[in-house]
Amino acid sequence: MTGTRSNTPAKLGASAWPKALRSLRLNGDLLLIFLPVAAYYIVFCYIPMSGVVMAFKDYKLLSGIWGSKWVGMKHFNMLFSTPSFFEVLRNTLVISLLKLAFGFPAPILLAILLNELRGQRFKRVVQTISYLPHFLSWVVLAGIFIQFLSPSTGPINILLGMMGRPSIFFLGNKATFVPTIVATHIWQTVGWGSIIYLAAISGIGVELYESAMLDGATRFQRIAYITLPGIMPTVTVLFILGTGSILNAGFDQIFNLYNEAVYSVADIIDTYVYRRGLTGMQYSYASAVGLFKNAIGFLLVFATNMIARRMGDSSLW
Amino acid sequence: MVTGNTRRRNAIRKGAGETAFDALNITFMLLMALSIIYPFWNLALQSLNDGYTTINTLRLWPVKPTLFNYEHVLTNPYIWSGYRETLIRTVFGTALNLAATILGAYALSKPYMPGRKLWMLMVVIPMFFGGGIIPTYLWNVQLGLRNTRWSLILPGLVNSYNMIVMRNFFQAVPKDLEESARIDGAANLRILISIYLPVSTAVLATITLWIMVSHWNAWFDATIYINKAELYPLQVVLRRILLEGTQQLMDISPTAAETSQTASPNNIKAACVFVCMLPIMCVYPFLQKYFVKGTLVGAIKG
Repeated sequence: MTGTRSNTPAKLGASAWPKALRSLRLNGDLLLIFLPVAAYYIVFCYIPMSGVVMAFKDYKLLSGIWGSKWVGMKHFNMLFSTPSFFEVLRNTLVISLLKLAFGFPAPILLAILLNELRGQRFKRVVQTISYLPHFLSWVVLAGIFIQFLSPSTGPINILLGMMGRPSIFFLGNKATFVPTIVATHIWQTVGWGSIIYLAAISGIGVELYESAMLDGATRFQRIAYITLPGIMPTVTVLFILGTGSILNAGFDQIFNLYNEAVYSVADIIDTYVYRRGLTGMQYSYASAVGLFKNAIGFLLVFATNMIARRMGDSSLW
Repeated sequence: MVTGNTRRRNAIRKGAGETAFDALNITFMLLMALSIIYPFWNLALQSLNDGYTTINTLRLWPVKPTLFNYEHVLTNPYIWSGYRETLIRTVFGTALNLAATILGAYALSKPYMPGRKLWMLMVVIPMFFGGGIIPTYLWNVQLGLRNTRWSLILPGLVNSYNMIVMRNFFQAVPKDLEESARIDGAANLRILISIYLPVSTAVLATITLWIMVSHWNAWFDATIYINKAELYPLQVVLRRILLEGTQQLMDISPTAAETSQTASPNNIKAACVFVCMLPIMCVYPFLQKYFVKGTLVGAIKG
């Protein structure tokens, strides 16, 4: 890290050294500067990454990852013959797709409506309020919602009681758990998600709106024919990227809100891996499940990133 | 951002349809803001409840408010040790994370960094693929991180995304700024500190805040690596009180027995949540602009 030797950039150096060696001699201190970061990636990313081989072994605590016996595809065969795995995969996809279907359009709508507000101070206050949930952890948010949705003391159920309706145990009931997850997801992300669309809207030329108004276009027409087409490239790219993370159904949220009564609809791949592996100590089986998820997730993210980048010319990216 | 659009639109006379639209829009926005605030307000009311007054009607205002629940929470030593641990991880974790991010971003921003493409690849791959939680956990335990504060700092020391955002910023710094220092024979580290850092305060502030908030809110790492209650950060103390109803963490205060008031677990949990989120709630309105800016920088250059 202490690059005390006086260095000059490569272009000032003049010698007959081969290019690579000369660059190394002149900018070796850059390597020293990078050393802590390289060490971090090796120790905390790549060594654990090499640990995925344990998915093909029978991990024994005493033998360690490398000393344990190879068992080939045993854990993957087990995975594909375990009904609970397909249940978990289905839950992951159902929750993700519902979040995408309802959670994706919400910030777009919010951005358009915010943009139509005339009072700038009012707009700023609404925006600031909508950002609050973004800054809190799901531990805190779970604390809030467990109280808010409580069957006995939660305001929603008190309201239902006043109307003479039976109370609903939103988080403890298989029929209501997933809709509650989707709703609280929207509640948390809608404000923050609107930022990028507002930025895209502000990039639309004012003259478009002015000439539309001179031609007598109404508010709805201006939204439908100027604002929406104007942010469409951003919408498309973000949607493609959103589909790339379809296997991430939201570990933090579900882990803090679910309970045994709703496992059959709430258990997602990440929570399943956690319980099987870290609680149940089925290390190898859980890493096989994790590897399955990461491999498919990698392909999805990679593919969607490529598509998004290819569309990049005409869009924000 | 969009003041230009709106102001000019105001200049044109409004029809009846426009007025109706505005009224509906404002109503809708008010309802949305209310739906976000009300769960917090409901929790605040509950945290001020005295434990005798049962909640069976919808209340918008506290009835017989009491600070009893807060007193109870603040006599809980685990709340204090939680605050201490969270402060430690936030301060030291952020400092180390920022230092590593700056060094890495600087080195990667230089076109003449030896092996630059290879290093970039090394940084980018973990953004797409990881070994998974199980091998990571077993390895970190093998490193002896269990029940140490390092377990909350080292495994997340560098975030590839943050480092790439900062690298992009460094790359945009005009080269002529460093030319004269180069001629004077300054080494890279000196150039980074005396030339790059002073002109990068905007990106440094943004990334520092990102790291700080994520450290403050982090909980999962501590739930798996730490099993000594006195080393729990605040989020984990809260999580155990809320979800596991851990009596050990909730009911050790002597005042509960001494005072005549009943300690309702739900009211105390509500007060706990407030005690934990108050710092963030107070500062976020002032920090949000850095976050907004950072989000857009990341989006455009990512």
